[in-house]
Amino acid sequence: MTTVDRVANGESAALRLLRARELGIVLALALLFGVTAAANPRFLSGQSLRDLLLGATILTVLAIGQTLVIVTRNVDLSVGSILGLTAFATGKLFLAAPDTPILVAIAVGAALGAVCGVVNGGLVAAARVPALVVTLGTLYIYRGIDHWWAAGQQINAVDMPRAFLRLGTATVAGVPVLALVAVAVVVVAGWCLSAYRSGRELYAIGSDPDAARLSGIPVGRRVFLAFVANGALAGLAGVLHAARFGTLDATVGTGLELQVIAAAVVGGVAIFGGSGSVYGAAVGALLLTTIGTSLAVLRVNPFWQRALVGLLILAAIGLDRVLAVRIDRRLRGSGPHGA
Amino acid sequence: MARDTTVPASPAVAATAAPQRRQWLAGSALGGWDLTVVVAVVLTAALAAWLVEGFARGSNIGFLLLDMVAIALVALPMTLIIVTGEIDLSVASILGLTSTVMGQLWLAGWPLELILPLCVVLGAVLGAVNGVFVTVFGLPSLAVTIGTLALYRGLAFVVLGSRAVADFPIGWTTGITAPIPGTPIPWVMIPLTLLALVFGVVLHATPVGRSLYVMGANAEAARFAGIAVERTKLWLFVTSGAVSSLAGLFWTLRYASARADNASGLELSVIAAVLLGGVSIFGGRGTLPGVVAAVLLLGTIRNALQLANVSAEALTVVTGLLLIVSVVAPNLVAMAKRRLKRSTAPPSAPPDRA
Repeated sequence: MTTVDRVANGESAALRLLRARELGIVLALALLFGVTAAANPRFLSGQSLRDLLLGATILTVLAIGQTLVIVTRNVDLSVGSILGLTAFATGKLFLAAPDTPILVAIAVGAALGAVCGVVNGGLVAAARVPALVVTLGTLYIYRGIDHWWAAGQQINAVDMPRAFLRLGTATVAGVPVLALVAVAVVVVAGWCLSAYRSGRELYAIGSDPDAARLSGIPVGRRVFLAFVANGALAGLAGVLHAARFGTLDATVGTGLELQVIAAAVVGGVAIFGGSGSVYGAAVGALLLTTIGTSLAVLRVNPFWQRALVGLLILAAIGLDRVLAVRIDRRLRGSGPHGA
Repeated sequence: MARDTTVPASPAVAATAAPQRRQWLAGSALGGWDLTVVVAVVLTAALAAWLVEGFARGSNIGFLLLDMVAIALVALPMTLIIVTGEIDLSVASILGLTSTVMGQLWLAGWPLELILPLCVVLGAVLGAVNGVFVTVFGLPSLAVTIGTLALYRGLAFVVLGSRAVADFPIGWTTGITAPIPGTPIPWVMIPLTLLALVFGVVLHATPVGRSLYVMGANAEAARFAGIAVERTKLWLFVTSGAVSSLAGLFWTLRYASARADNASGLELSVIAAVLLGGVSIFGGRGTLPGVVAAVLLLGTIRNALQLANVSAEALTVVTGLLLIVSVVAPNLVAMAKRRLKRSTAPPSAPPDRA
């Protein structure tokens, strides 16, 4: 991977290609919108767009968090379980104290998620075990705790305070509040990754962990923080899920982890770290969500949706490979390339 | 590939199959993780037989074994793939797609004798698609098989939608779970054991098997040593697909139901078993007996706790804890050893602080 030099010294040709990478997915999204709108203009109506944004919110927030982790050449498979756990915890909180202010509920959810992230990050950074194994383990543990806590109980929308559920459908100037939350997360995370030293260091770590360590970057601490931030975002997503759906049990968010990784990968985040942006990941999440809606509008058998998502992932990593080879050739002639 | 003891046991940052990182130190410090798992199986089974009513009954043993057939089957090729430093997340989707194709062909009036071999061929083709993306196009297997996980599961829904095909001949559906006469052990254990033996012999007693470890340890070195890395990996993915479809056929007959969502999420259970069995996620380390023992261990614990009325989902905590302990324990042992060494001898390398 040559990403670190590519990003660090602002190699102009490479940067252009990087931009092209995100441009590609934006074009794909635009094409999807165009085709669908041509078939049914109502697809572009206010209500339809609002539903689309609302539907993409949770996946976007999760994909942003996942990007922070993947960029460091790690992965977090436990996000679906963290979301499930915090969503249920939010429901329990409102059952116990219906008057809890919404901001407090959000803070509690994010804090609970952050605690889960501390466990993941601590094990990865301090005990030095591979993230894939650790987070597969905590995927099971957090889900098990969720089931044990819920013990078959289901929390219904009627049990939740109205004000909280209204958050799930409320709009500001026609834009859903939840989508605004997601946009805020994207902007803040994007800014941190590109403007802050520690953000840049995440890319350096993902490009070459050993080189990063030798150049004095506190690798363990940075990776730990990436996991904590990802946990907090998954916790936030859990609260948003509770607000949007209202009906909660211990199976919420099962199997979401691979969708989240898929969104990031489609958005151009390299699975082995070192490159990609949260903007790409956000557009990836939006694209994956839009496909479902578009297929319904285009009257395509909805069962094709998942298959198309799979093809999209393969296309995205194939495109990344082509771009990587091209960048490599430009930067250092035709040297051998390791994936 | 010297065992350099100044190298950290495992880099803090490394998520996936980066072939150049391994845990030599952990391996040497542990001295046979697979043996530990075997002992754990025996102890767990003995404890369960003593404490849990009904565990040792013949019919229960039969159920326990039947419940782990699918995971055991898929875990065999998965072990070989992870040893080479790759991964296959699409196995459960191949299982599901095979199941729906089998159901659809049965609806179309084909005889099962023809459907079964066709489905295995289909599985091999699906595996070959994974293999081509990984070896010919040089894409990371983690990303490729996340893609085909979605693709194959999606195709399963395209084939059968949300319907289920359940009218398979009763002779087949009861036949698949029939015990060996005179014992509580299902007959499918015989082919499963034979298959496990074949995989074990290939991995541990043939040049091909040894080359898999070399690939996992250092793909570059393997290539220089004249090992056909790409071709071998391609065949591993083909095998994985074929065996996954076998598991799909078994699954469909055992539960007498062909559905598109059959065995969703099974890939993570399989990988958990393989890793618990002591196979390093970075490749180059692990044994097949260890994996078989881990599959048995997880199956035994699940079965015993279910009999003891612990909810099935809460049990996942046990799976997760075992998995984490299996990777953390060797590293802690290695770290402790390193510290001991450092306090007795002057440090030859700067301490590696994260």
